[in-house]
Amino acid sequence: MATPTMDKVEADAAAASHLITVTFRIRRFNPEVSADATWEDFQLEIDPKERVLDGLHKIKWDLDGSLTFRRSCAHGICGSDAMRINGKNRLACKTLIKDINPAKPITVEPIKGLTVLKDLVVDMDPFFQAYRDVMPFLVTTGNEPTRERLQSAEDRERFDDTTKCILCAACTSSCPVFWNDGQYFGPAAIVNAHRFIFDSRDEAGEQRLEILNDKDGVWRCRTTFNCTDACPRGIEVTKAIQEVKRALITRRF
Amino acid sequence: MKIHKYDTVIVGAGGAGMRAAIEATKRSRTAVLTKLYPTRSHTGAAQGGMAAALANVEEDNWEWHTFDTIKGGDYLVDQDAAEILAKEAIDAVLDLEKMGLPFNRTPDGTIDQRRFGGHSRNHGEAPVRRSCYAADRTGHMILQTLYQNCVKEGVEFFNEFYVLDQLIVEENGVKKSAGVVAYELATGEIHVFQAKAVIYASGGTGKFFKVTSNAHTLTGDGQAACYRRGLPLEDMEFFQFHPTGIWRMGILLTEGARGEGGILRNKDGERFMEKYAPVMKDLASRDVVSRSIYTEIREGRGCGPEGDHVYLDLTHLPPEQLDAKLPDITEFARTYLGIEPYTDPIPIQPTAHYAMGGIPTNVEGEVLSDNTTVVPGLYAAGEVACVSVHGANRLGTNSLLDINVFGRRAGIAAAEYSAKADFVELPENPAELVVSLVEQLRDSTGTERVAEIRRELQETMDANVMVFRTEQTIKTAVEKIAELRERYKNVSVQDKGRRFNTDLLEAVELGNLLDLAEVMAVSALARKESRGGHYREDYPNRDDVNFMRHTMAYREVTGEGDSATDSIRLDYKPVVQTRYQPMERKY
Repeated sequence: MATPTMDKVEADAAAASHLITVTFRIRRFNPEVSADATWEDFQLEIDPKERVLDGLHKIKWDLDGSLTFRRSCAHGICGSDAMRINGKNRLACKTLIKDINPAKPITVEPIKGLTVLKDLVVDMDPFFQAYRDVMPFLVTTGNEPTRERLQSAEDRERFDDTTKCILCAACTSSCPVFWNDGQYFGPAAIVNAHRFIFDSRDEAGEQRLEILNDKDGVWRCRTTFNCTDACPRGIEVTKAIQEVKRALITRRF
Repeated sequence: MKIHKYDTVIVGAGGAGMRAAIEATKRSRTAVLTKLYPTRSHTGAAQGGMAAALANVEEDNWEWHTFDTIKGGDYLVDQDAAEILAKEAIDAVLDLEKMGLPFNRTPDGTIDQRRFGGHSRNHGEAPVRRSCYAADRTGHMILQTLYQNCVKEGVEFFNEFYVLDQLIVEENGVKKSAGVVAYELATGEIHVFQAKAVIYASGGTGKFFKVTSNAHTLTGDGQAACYRRGLPLEDMEFFQFHPTGIWRMGILLTEGARGEGGILRNKDGERFMEKYAPVMKDLASRDVVSRSIYTEIREGRGCGPEGDHVYLDLTHLPPEQLDAKLPDITEFARTYLGIEPYTDPIPIQPTAHYAMGGIPTNVEGEVLSDNTTVVPGLYAAGEVACVSVHGANRLGTNSLLDINVFGRRAGIAAAEYSAKADFVELPENPAELVVSLVEQLRDSTGTERVAEIRRELQETMDANVMVFRTEQTIKTAVEKIAELRERYKNVSVQDKGRRFNTDLLEAVELGNLLDLAEVMAVSALARKESRGGHYREDYPNRDDVNFMRHTMAYREVTGEGDSATDSIRLDYKPVVQTRYQPMERKY
């Protein structure tokens, strides 16, 4: 093994004690107070290795308790804190201050295409409705086996990428088609359809393909790759959408 | 205020809540109240696997699993419950596979299994491959699969509803559950849910520690709601510190990393676990490994300029194996530490991880109001509950198992109960307590800040009731918590609105954490022995004569109105022993 050396950790510890001053420029909206959204600046001292979420917490806990956002796990697993940071969809808990040029104000806005309810909180119901509409569950017929269904490692690997989805909506709310027309299923719903269409155990692929063959289905995708760029789980979202399109043409999956 | 009526109400939409919901929805009119959207729960953060003696890759059986669970829990486990857990594990895994869970597969196409801490062949001979897994995302896959099946079954969810009170009515001297009171985050409206059966599946309470793997939202809301209504909390002094949290951040790095061959090393590069656990080494139970890490640190063999951590070394494992089996945790190291696990060891320290204690239940998930009496219509499952299958220390992979086995059991039992029971009449002004709690916090002009009190609470808990405890440190914590509870009365929030007032809810959650921290510390003070996750340096040995018993903590209120004061009364409950006699625990 590489024998643990002190150098790297020492250097890191030195950096950790180095706080910098950053400006968070946050899109505020509270219909209880005003019908208009405004930008508000907050200045704070922060370790550049901390997360944007840590910065939002510092503001909420020490400066302005009314700042409202969703969060839970704080390490990129629960999908609560997708937001638009410096114009790009990201999870606030997976974005470190040092990685987004803290010399300039850090802009934080709600994700686009879903109704803003307060500050960074949007209405997630249309997003989850699109998810529910693609039959996101295993469908099988016939008698259940006594033991597990068998699946080869290769067949399991076929849909591995799309099982990683955490339903954070970063992809769907980065899609220009979705911004213009909220009726579009959006990348996340298609990703979750893909997860079952290409699962060798599933028997409802045709039904899901028909759902996505709809006018608001996969054909609306304009292949801009915003979704792939936005995915905090590294899912090749555009590729998954293309595979669904191809399956619709070839009927092979 | 709105009043709703359901046969069965489930509080929480993590693994246990959704597993219960799938059963309860088939059998009764069911509502799930959850403070988060369902797929946000912390079940999704579980990584390494779910134990079941499938024997897919080597010889194994549920009796060995039962023994390991009991031994892992340092014999405080109720043995009848552990036997159910290990026996039903096999169907629990097969059920999930049939629901669609994408487990990793063996070359034969069966579910693959790997090693995990404390799981052994033939009563401790050697590590065994018992953990069924999906890379290091097993919890994520369980959560997604259960939600998918909730969609399939048409489960009715009330998202972002915070349950803040449990309604208990006494009829002829018998305590019964009448329903719950919830606060709707979006509107600030208060909802009363009258229900024949209520199931708590609201998760843990790790946020009273500073370095923790737990989500911000794990604030013990279910435990606190029941405790305030006079129901006991069992074994709250037993909290698990997972050995491998990311240094200073506490983010979990799965034990599966050591199951795949990862090794813990001190600053000299020494594989120190060989000294403490000659057979199981890095795969000894979590309490043993966490104490060993801190022993290394205390004796000056910790890493870094402050010597305050050790290394998890994966550098000898092939990059392909890390990519295939541990993709998420290696990414965490890259994202949060800027470290490449292929070539560099990862700095880690123990992190507050799991509450073994909670709301006492029997094996059907029925909540107990004392050592034996069932509260009709009230159920609990998962981390919020104490069955007790984990005793003084939970084995890794047994929590994903627990939520599936006992979530299912509670769902079935509750729905069957509500099919034959009548509604219990709601008390007069059912929402009274919640209304006054919310109004008081919203209207308060006090000078104390939520964040400051929470910070001080977390600091005292980390300093005084973590891996090593003494009478002196615990007393320091008890005094500090009492001071903080006093100051909490003078807390105020800045957001005075009704819409998405998370400022207000954080204040409510802090109240829960303070109450539960006090229960934990007081329970720990009274347990003058060391067992599992509870280690007293002033009483370093297990004492089966005096302490082979579960702690039962009750809230007692004296006086009324503003002059009312509360205190904690401790009682004890015998441990159920069937076939295993307590032995000294060696790994």
